[in-house]
Amino acid sequence: MADDAVPAHLINSSTGDWEMVIGLEVHAQVTSKSKLFSGAATEFGAKPNAQVSLVDAAMPGMLPVINEECVTQAVRTGLGLKAKINLRSVFDRKNYFYPDLPQGYQISQFTQPIVGEGEVALDMEDGEEVRVGIERLHLEQDAGKSLHDQDPKSSYVDLNRSGVALMEIVSRPDMRSSEQAQAYVLKLRSILRYLGTCDGNMEEGSLRADVNVSVRRPGAELGTRCEIKNVNSIRFIGQAIEYEARRQIEIIEDGGAIDQETRLFDPRTGETRSMRSKEEAHDYRYFPDPDLLPLEFSQSFVDDLAAQLPELPDQKKARFMADWELEHYDAEVLVAEKERADYFEEMVTLGADPKAAANWVLNTHLGRVNKEDIDFEKAPVSAQANTAILKMTDDGTISGKIAKDLYDLVWESGGDPEKLVEERGLKQVSDSGEIEKIIDEVIAANPKQVEQVKAKPQTLGWFVGQVMQKTGGKANPQMVNQLLRAKLEIAES
Amino acid sequence: MSEPTRLTIAETRDALAEKKFSAEELAQAHISEIERANEALNAFILPTPEHALDMARASDARIAKGGAGALEGIPLGIKDLFCTKGVRTTACSHILDGFEPGYDSTVTQNLWDAGAVMLGKLNCDEFAMGSSNESSYYGPVINPWRRAGSDAPLVPGGSSGGSASAVAAHLCQGATATDTGGSIRQPASLTGTVGLKPTYGRCSRWGIVAFASSLDQAGPLTRSVRDSAIMLGAMAGHDPKDSTSVDTPVPDYEAAVGQSIRGLKVGIPREYRMEGMPEEIEALWKSGIDWLKSAGAEMVDVSLPHTKYALPAYYIVAPAEASSNLARYDGVRYGLRVDGDDIIDMYEKTRAAGFGAEVKRRVLIGTYVLSAGYYDAYYIKAQRVRTLIKRDFEDVFEKVDVLLAPSTPGPAFAIGEKSGDPIEMYLNDIFTVPANMSGLPGISIPGGLSGEGTPLGLQLIAKAFDEEMLFRVGHVIEEAAGELPTPDNWWSKS
Repeated sequence: MADDAVPAHLINSSTGDWEMVIGLEVHAQVTSKSKLFSGAATEFGAKPNAQVSLVDAAMPGMLPVINEECVTQAVRTGLGLKAKINLRSVFDRKNYFYPDLPQGYQISQFTQPIVGEGEVALDMEDGEEVRVGIERLHLEQDAGKSLHDQDPKSSYVDLNRSGVALMEIVSRPDMRSSEQAQAYVLKLRSILRYLGTCDGNMEEGSLRADVNVSVRRPGAELGTRCEIKNVNSIRFIGQAIEYEARRQIEIIEDGGAIDQETRLFDPRTGETRSMRSKEEAHDYRYFPDPDLLPLEFSQSFVDDLAAQLPELPDQKKARFMADWELEHYDAEVLVAEKERADYFEEMVTLGADPKAAANWVLNTHLGRVNKEDIDFEKAPVSAQANTAILKMTDDGTISGKIAKDLYDLVWESGGDPEKLVEERGLKQVSDSGEIEKIIDEVIAANPKQVEQVKAKPQTLGWFVGQVMQKTGGKANPQMVNQLLRAKLEIAES
Repeated sequence: MSEPTRLTIAETRDALAEKKFSAEELAQAHISEIERANEALNAFILPTPEHALDMARASDARIAKGGAGALEGIPLGIKDLFCTKGVRTTACSHILDGFEPGYDSTVTQNLWDAGAVMLGKLNCDEFAMGSSNESSYYGPVINPWRRAGSDAPLVPGGSSGGSASAVAAHLCQGATATDTGGSIRQPASLTGTVGLKPTYGRCSRWGIVAFASSLDQAGPLTRSVRDSAIMLGAMAGHDPKDSTSVDTPVPDYEAAVGQSIRGLKVGIPREYRMEGMPEEIEALWKSGIDWLKSAGAEMVDVSLPHTKYALPAYYIVAPAEASSNLARYDGVRYGLRVDGDDIIDMYEKTRAAGFGAEVKRRVLIGTYVLSAGYYDAYYIKAQRVRTLIKRDFEDVFEKVDVLLAPSTPGPAFAIGEKSGDPIEMYLNDIFTVPANMSGLPGISIPGGLSGEGTPLGLQLIAKAFDEEMLFRVGHVIEEAAGELPTPDNWWSKS
């Protein structure tokens, strides 16, 4: 897609500009009660080997049976990615030996995946719109986990994950910066979460990415790529790409060539290192799994799922922009997480001004949530409380400054904002007599400044500050301004 | 009490109902026979007499209450490929040493639900790979039949050699078996027994140690066509645990036995008349044709043009699937483990020690044909051949109801006679492999004796899920061939 190099993304070097080309393979654990081909449970955090069926342990004579729930989730995800749904797909065996792979092969989809081409749209912070092509989505089994720290001499194997359904979502090499790659993963995760097809929890390994990176001169043919395996956080994806692109540029500029290889990202050093070269790559000997029939379903099955799809982030964003004239990027950030969008919508429903509510949620509320580093839904200030604060600001009951203090108060100690305003006497003072009295006091006490302000009207702000301080921030700032100008005989600026 | 080990399943069913003997007495008679014979025949690798007596007593209780199942009290042998709960199951491989499944295969569970009694686990070729039962870790099985005037031990065929030998020698009344390329029909032919390979998908594969998943099918080995029908009725059925099992009702197979074949069209496939085929096989085939004609059937010459490609294609598809199916035997979770310096070393040592030569050969062939660069030339091409073979049969079954052919290119051979030459061994399945490649049901029925005085079988192949046709026509052959002379009992210790 994005064939024309955008200057902002280029890496400048003494030998000229370089462009990075990034494609991702995201492994997303399907949200389902049981595994892809067995009835065993999938919950995270169970005791080792507590969720293993005879099939998952590859006991002799055991056979896989497809779990319909996983198929439904894959199709719904495909629809969410605006992708082609293949009514017939085939499961293949990918053969290799590893202790956490009990069958000696992984059941995956090779030549005929369940979902074909689709697209994910990204709105970048600088206003750039990026479209990332989806090549395919296929279903496959997860492997178990080797535990190397339980015994000095042997390794142990936990098969709880063995056979859990994964969706491998393969993008086109359409990304040109680490920011775009991060935005892509965030957007993908957002879509998956809206759909409820993957919880997107990267710490628990529900979402992980293999990152393909290559570099080229702008407009040149694609360079040789390296694949960085299993990167499991948004931050690491960014770091891995930045490191890898620069590593490749350095090699090429030194007259070397890039070896196509698989690499690992080390979060401690922020570097990538070689895992295996192309020559060492496995021959997986893919062939159709004879234990499973081709996976077939009807168009009406797909249509029914499409009809029941929830509103997805892009649709929500379009609606927010159309109905409430929100800015592109604001809307994008609001809808990125469903809880956030719902929170905002609740405020609007309760009567908050949409634009003010959007600003408030994105700046004040989200700012605090991020500062505290907690989950959005755990924030102690409810949409009702924030709506009340905004309404009181809007009708002049409290000042903007007090609004922020009030928000922090509710965050820390809870309580009803309206009652707090009453109890603590936070109401904005809009009684001109009261304000005049204070102004008179300030003028009387500061003759030097009065002289100064006559010569330099811009120092009026100092008086405003004094008055506000004496009223505990409660005075209506506009009124203070007007009255001060009148008393000090300074013209409206 | 008449000798219960001499009876067929159908006769025993009546005798039990008439209380001529109890299921326990019946089981005990067979247990004693196994004790006397097994040293010579090596058919059972694990007799389970206590298990058998427990099950038989439970059968007697059910008979007393009037709740007898279709196979109530019938003593069966179980090929060691079938997982049996709490009873060692090894597929006759060293690599599954000591493996005791916590589950029964669907087929064996169906048999127990019908009241059958397990006498023990039967010998077979390792992982069902072989045509002579010489590849078993537990040693070869001996055919109760001998060449006239000779004491030389003969093979019972394979891979279900233990099943065939045990049924032929009256150590059990029927046995489970599996057929991937002829492993039921070929040993049936070599031991004078009735061996049925049902349609692919008719019996569940769940709990049967897999050899080649797209070809494996369980079936019965018995001493009569009627017994075959009775046993299949209990074994068959849809199983949600096997995605390739087919959800189609199980008919009353026994009702097909004895039905007239007047007016049926029997296809005689010309490609089965191989160059250099022994005259006695030709003669046997001719007898079959005559018998069916006399019974009112019409013979039709038909062509299955791709028959000659079936065996080579089979020896690509089956090893390919096997190489992957056998990957799970890695020493990590069950069976044999030979310790090594690291995980790779452990894998290599375990698999080197655990698999026999024939299994290793097929794993290597299978790995090779699936490898990058060879996959299209071998595996994909073999699958195309398979499609053509299927189409051959579809075309032919537009015109005829059933096909008649020999089961094997020759009679039982001596131990060691062919084990040095894999290709010659593989050729034993030349007539049986096409039914596996096309998923169609086939049956081998004793048709007569070879010049050496050993049995020869005739094979019938029918449309998918038309096992009734096999029983109907098979019974006519059985009647016409008459009772074969039984081999002199040289194997029982007194």
